[in-house]
Amino acid sequence: MSIWDYANPRKFMQTSGVVLPWIAGLAMLMLTVGLFWGFFFTPDDYKQGSTVKIIYIHVPAAFIAINAWAMMLVTSLIWLIRRHHVSALAAKAAAPVGLVMTLIALLTGAIWGQPMWGTWWAWDPRLTSFLILLLFYLGYIALWDAIENPDAAADLTSVLCLVGSIFAFLSRYAVLFWSQGLHQGASLSVDSEEHVSNVFAYPLWLCIAGFVMLFVALVLIRTRTEIRARRLSALEARDRMA
Amino acid sequence: MIALLTRDLRLATRAGGGFGLSLAFFLILVTLVPFGVGPEASRLTLIAPGILWVGALLASLLSLDRIFALDFEDGTLDQLATAPVPLEAVATMKALAHWLTTGLPLALIAPVLGILLHLPSAAMPWLTVSLLVGTPALSVIGAFGAGLTVGLKRGGLLLSLLVLPLYVPTLIFGAEVVRRGAEGTATATPLAFLAAITLASLAGLPYATAAAIRVNLR
Amino acid sequence: MDLTVTDLALARGGMAVLSGVSFRLQACQALILRGPNGAGKTTLLRAIAGLQPTLAGQISPGADQIAYAAHADAVKGALTVAENLCFWASVYGTPGIERALEEMHLQGLRDRPAQNLSAGQKRRLGLARLLLSGRPIWILDEPTVSLDAESTVLFGRILRDHLARGGVALMATHIDLGLPDIAVLDLAPFRATAQGIALATAPAGFDEAFL
Repeated sequence: MSIWDYANPRKFMQTSGVVLPWIAGLAMLMLTVGLFWGFFFTPDDYKQGSTVKIIYIHVPAAFIAINAWAMMLVTSLIWLIRRHHVSALAAKAAAPVGLVMTLIALLTGAIWGQPMWGTWWAWDPRLTSFLILLLFYLGYIALWDAIENPDAAADLTSVLCLVGSIFAFLSRYAVLFWSQGLHQGASLSVDSEEHVSNVFAYPLWLCIAGFVMLFVALVLIRTRTEIRARRLSALEARDRMA
Repeated sequence: MIALLTRDLRLATRAGGGFGLSLAFFLILVTLVPFGVGPEASRLTLIAPGILWVGALLASLLSLDRIFALDFEDGTLDQLATAPVPLEAVATMKALAHWLTTGLPLALIAPVLGILLHLPSAAMPWLTVSLLVGTPALSVIGAFGAGLTVGLKRGGLLLSLLVLPLYVPTLIFGAEVVRRGAEGTATATPLAFLAAITLASLAGLPYATAAAIRVNLR
Repeated sequence: MDLTVTDLALARGGMAVLSGVSFRLQACQALILRGPNGAGKTTLLRAIAGLQPTLAGQISPGADQIAYAAHADAVKGALTVAENLCFWASVYGTPGIERALEEMHLQGLRDRPAQNLSAGQKRRLGLARLLLSGRPIWILDEPTVSLDAESTVLFGRILRDHLARGGVALMATHIDLGLPDIAVLDLAPFRATAQGIALATAPAGFDEAFL
């Protein structure tokens, strides 16, 4: 029994069908508790007032936005190397979720930035990086949509994801070179001195865990839909052949 | 390989090859900017490095979809894929031909357009140098995008969407070289980064381009 | 030079079209593929030319012994006939284009831009590349389309010469080219069925994995 057994569509459907309700339920529970805790049971920041509470959505969304791309990179590589259909479909399924998360991060950031920085948008390195990430998601999704043959689409989007990752990484540091930012450093880190205090951190960790569960649940649902769509077209094709 | 390069150059310069089109586009773009932002020299001086680089970038984007699409349509790409030449080398040569017909002329006429935008004379050599160093990366990255979209019917618009985000690092460092040149500060760091991007793209991307073309041919 | 195809299975657009295709062509032999439209003739030819991955089976020798003439002529209209041929000659490392020009009766057209050629003349220019390639195995997809009667006879003669020199030809055509040693392969029995391919080994390019 190896992990690659789950690359079989039938096995994947079976297993994901069993775990999906649990993951979705866990996501709902964690997000409910985490968001309520964050919104209503943490003190206001002495400088930022209640606007600080947007971090319970902003930070997890940004976290997912980046890691969704990382997950797409891994699944694309698995497709290119091992040719497992489920892997390619999971990458396809994750892209719109990552896109929405990027949008949420940008929008909540703008809503927070308006009262705090006095502007909806600044060409700050982090903000700019996220805008570029948004463009990468758009291009990736558009390429999937444009190609009719599903396997050619999987191949080409995987190559794009690979090359795009390198250039996204490059852009991230090129942007640092280009502008010094307004954005604060990391909100959470293990060793840094500069991070939020524990009162805020515990519900934040919970929210991040909730967002991760939500992401996994959404990707599973979407992957299952893609697999069903492929199964349908395979059945139709077999019908035509018979 | 040289044969492929000379053939592409010959095709580009013959009637209908579109050579000079991107130069004209560059000129028009630079002419339009003062209409948009006003004719004050001080303002133009400030934005000239960025405008010239963005203009060069868009001008080279304009002819990207021709790199492989024409050869794909008339079957030449099939023949090249079965010929005794590696497809990676074909991709490199095609990018090189694209650079020779767009990037190189752009770099050479850019100082003239710099005068139109009141670019300080100190920045002129840096403008040419940065374009000479940076535009090969634009052609190689563009060839990758063209390889990805070569089989698509409405690939042109998609090509821009795919390629423009990839152009970001090149644009940042290229424009930074010119800006620093205009200010009279040291340009070595961004220029080194720009050269690194060009060399790394040249070394790595043709493999991805060839892989994409193989997928599109089957 | 032999062309051996063993147990080949092919897919197009994620659908298996052919399975269990096997044949062997010895030097001086020609094989004509038959089958209705959509039977997989072009798919098979492209796979043997190395342009398309196979689901299963072996093809020998490798694609570097094979010259492929597709539907499209791969002719550049802006270049003259001689320039077109010179380009391919240097790609294949062939010294001269004179023999190809002569055999395809293109000498009179050598300095004419290819865009001014008729469809049949363009076809001859495209087929001249086979001679330049110097490769022993010719894969021909409807080579006589848009050729007039005289040119068809001409091409038949060239093909005979090629076979006489120990070459091999595999083609999809409906025209009698007057070849001496010729076999016909009907693709209909090789039409893929869902049972024809072991699902466990089905690699990418095959939607049956989802069933």
